Amino acid sequence: MELVPAIARWLHFMAGIMWIGLLYYFNFVQVAALKAATADGTNAGITKHVAPRALLYFRWAAVVTWLAGAALLGNQFVNAFTLSKGMAGIGVGAWLGTIMLFNVWVLIWPNQQKILGMKPATDEEKATARRVAFLTSRVNVALSIPMLFFMAAGWSHRGIFGL
Amino acid sequence: MKNPLDSLWGTVISGLILTVILYFVVKNILG
Repeated sequence: MELVPAIARWLHFMAGIMWIGLLYYFNFVQVAALKAATADGTNAGITKHVAPRALLYFRWAAVVTWLAGAALLGNQFVNAFTLSKGMAGIGVGAWLGTIMLFNVWVLIWPNQQKILGMKPATDEEKATARRVAFLTSRVNVALSIPMLFFMAAGWSHRGIFGL
Repeated sequence: MKNPLDSLWGTVISGLILTVILYFVVKNILG
């Protein structure tokens, strides 16, 4: 049935735009804004009202993106993840997206909970959490660049890039 | 040496370099 992959592709794009859009918002906008807001004492607006909402959509959009991507791969799921002949391009994209999903739920979100005071943490633990969450978020920005290249090039642009 | 991920543009350049490396791995090794 062709309806399932069509809807999966649509959902994969919508959720993916929300996920990566918020990732870029955090890295290109919020990090610098928070630094400036902390300097003039207005950071509470971001940490209390903006960041928790952005993180909510960020982490769940990541899950929806992955699930819709898995549905879209369908019976090619194993071939993609085992980087089988002809599926290596989209497979590398799928692996990068999976690593990024892991980073969101295992490294970014638990550390953000400490930073934003949703989980109890000492000042020292908060400082460590801030560094881990920051670097993991930056790793995801770096990984998103090849991830999007392979997601876009894996199937439709095979002729152009020779993949 | 400074961590390139501390800078936004260092992060973007790292991503671009990784893209080129993975492109050649997929094209020439994994096929």
